[in-house]
Amino acid sequence: MKYIEEFQDPDLAERLLDDIRATVTRPWALMEVCGGQTHTIIRHGIDQLLPEEVELIHGPGCPVCVTPLEVIDKALEIASRPDVIFCSFGDMLRVPGTGRDLFQVRGTGGDVRVVYSPLDALRVAQQNPDRQVVFFGIGFETTAPPNAMTVYQARKLGIRNFSLLVSHVRVPPAIEAIMQSPDCRVQAFLAAGHVCSVMGMDEYPGLAERFGVPIVVTGFEPLDILEGVRRTVRQLERGEHTVDNAYPRAVRPEGNPAARAMLDDVFEVTDRAWRGIGVIPDSGWRLSSRYRDYDAEHRFAVDGITTREPAACRSGEVLQGLLKPHECEAFGTTCTPRSPLGATMVSSEGACAAYYLYRRLELNTPARPAASLEGSPVV
Amino acid sequence: MSDTTGTVPGAVRQAEDTRPDMLNWTCPVPLRDQPRIVMGHGGGGALSAELVEQLFTPAFGGPAPEALTDSAALELGGAKLAFSTDSFVVRPLFFPGGSIGDLAVNGTVNDLAMSGARPAYLSCGFILEEGTGTDVVGRIAAAMGAAARAAGVEVVTGDTKVVEAGHGDGVYINTSGIGLIPPGVDLRPGRVVPGDVVLVSGAIGVHGVAIMSVREGLEFGVEILSDCAPLGGLVEAMLAVTPDLHALRDPTRGGLAASLNEIAAASGTGIVVRERAVPVPDAVTNACAVLGLDPMYVANEGKLVAFVPPAHADAVLAAMRAHPLGAEAAVIGEVTDAHPGMVVARTALGGTRVVDLPLGEQLPRIC
Repeated sequence: MKYIEEFQDPDLAERLLDDIRATVTRPWALMEVCGGQTHTIIRHGIDQLLPEEVELIHGPGCPVCVTPLEVIDKALEIASRPDVIFCSFGDMLRVPGTGRDLFQVRGTGGDVRVVYSPLDALRVAQQNPDRQVVFFGIGFETTAPPNAMTVYQARKLGIRNFSLLVSHVRVPPAIEAIMQSPDCRVQAFLAAGHVCSVMGMDEYPGLAERFGVPIVVTGFEPLDILEGVRRTVRQLERGEHTVDNAYPRAVRPEGNPAARAMLDDVFEVTDRAWRGIGVIPDSGWRLSSRYRDYDAEHRFAVDGITTREPAACRSGEVLQGLLKPHECEAFGTTCTPRSPLGATMVSSEGACAAYYLYRRLELNTPARPAASLEGSPVV
Repeated sequence: MSDTTGTVPGAVRQAEDTRPDMLNWTCPVPLRDQPRIVMGHGGGGALSAELVEQLFTPAFGGPAPEALTDSAALELGGAKLAFSTDSFVVRPLFFPGGSIGDLAVNGTVNDLAMSGARPAYLSCGFILEEGTGTDVVGRIAAAMGAAARAAGVEVVTGDTKVVEAGHGDGVYINTSGIGLIPPGVDLRPGRVVPGDVVLVSGAIGVHGVAIMSVREGLEFGVEILSDCAPLGGLVEAMLAVTPDLHALRDPTRGGLAASLNEIAAASGTGIVVRERAVPVPDAVTNACAVLGLDPMYVANEGKLVAFVPPAHADAVLAAMRAHPLGAEAAVIGEVTDAHPGMVVARTALGGTRVVDLPLGEQLPRIC
């Protein structure tokens, strides 16, 4: 695989930084939408290297962080059943629901398995015909197509003991919600490149025009981020607000038509709750009526579970750039990755967790060893 | 709640305003206490340490710091001994480049070597699950014999127990070992001081990626073999340069990051690592990129990290590189009096970041 070292080249990075420094004349606030971008920015210290006029606001694009508490509770309920094998991507196992997480369900006898692809979960279903196999289908437009494909395959192969617990979300409605907030400080967006590699770019010109913000489709390696920032700052300084593709090696304007067709067949757009934000209209997907048989919520009758989330943290302000993670009084004291008060501290892609893990040096936060929540019997 | 009812606080939708209330984000309740043993208690991180400090040490009595290290240095009859024990519960039992048998020998041999000891004798306790093939046990025993010969140790005592089918994972092994610490050698975290040079004996992350590739059925384009190896000979070559090495660690569970954090915390110093100086093979970089993991947290089984006074660093590095198990040794950073207890990486681009204790087993990220 190429494109790792090449896209972390310090000399090229310095050239891009020089260009940004030479271009910027006044303060600008840019939001990187995706948690993967936030992770790269903080892990590589990109925010420290940018001129102080360029502020990066960390957006809500972490699928783990935004999965609602009640969906986690539904997952916990289903995974606790003795007839169920519950399959999930790894990082969802650590997310706290009400009082416990999937690791603890596994610790008390639940059959919870980490898989690397939803198709692995389908294989588990084929290998265990007498058990119900449920896959936790969360994430943005990036993870939705393979999950759709898995349900499509399940039906095609006549596999009846497989179902999907769905909590998929879409980026453009979230951008719209952020821009409609009266306190919004965001002046431009680094759009999530992997989302656009699936969906293309046609959802964005309307947003750029309506809200007068540049939207630059950006990748995830350090040089990708710097190039995205460079193009965004250039537009801002010129008073432009167009949609630009700074990630052409992965993103075609039309996206991936096959993936989009699969999404259109298996899913339908619906309102979705985002953890911490609330309901954003048309911001998610659920299984379409043709595939409703494969909806784990209905199959296990957990659609009645509702959870009111206690107000305990200020991640809403963090995600609008009104508050830096370390400016929250709970940061690093009562709120750490070990005991997260808020969604943004849950996943390593959450803004607060990224600051906690990588930025304590400047923030003078005492080192508090994070807990090992899961052990590896590798050694 | 269905997705359309909008009962989440802050999201009550009114006819005239359907915008979500971004200022009323709400959040989950934290999980704090662990009333039961969870996997993390065996993960080598903070929960493991808490279990030892708060449960085992008060029950056993005795010095907590010793209990927290991989091996104890003991005076007995005028000799200075290192004593260590380790249990092995790896899945799968056989993996590219080794087996649970190789790990069981080399793991304890390496724990002894990290105290500067010359490993001498091992015990071996098998816990076998009913129904396990004797051919499987035979292959593991043969691997242990070969590994012991290669490490220059003898397996001199042992025990076998069988548990009912379903109550084990085929084969569990415990090995304990003793070795002699040469006069003048005193390796422990407390001796690490600002100015010490940090060296690593070779490429990191290989064992963990090898295990993941077979455990999860992942293909990374090339077969990655575990680096499982006995480090006694390499340590001997380093001590031949100077007995005044300050500390050694074999970065197994939790990888290089866990070892560096352990030393920083125990010595009350800070450690700075130059990220680009850390040797990471392309295959490990690629596998970690695919899975969203950080090579600094991935397990190793044939590598060591050394904390060496600057006056001896070049000579020790040369001695390491002259040994087959240290051919790719590198200086990766130094110990500092800034940010005590904290490990900081200088990134390739010139930024800095904290390298924290692992949160446990790294979990593949969703995107």
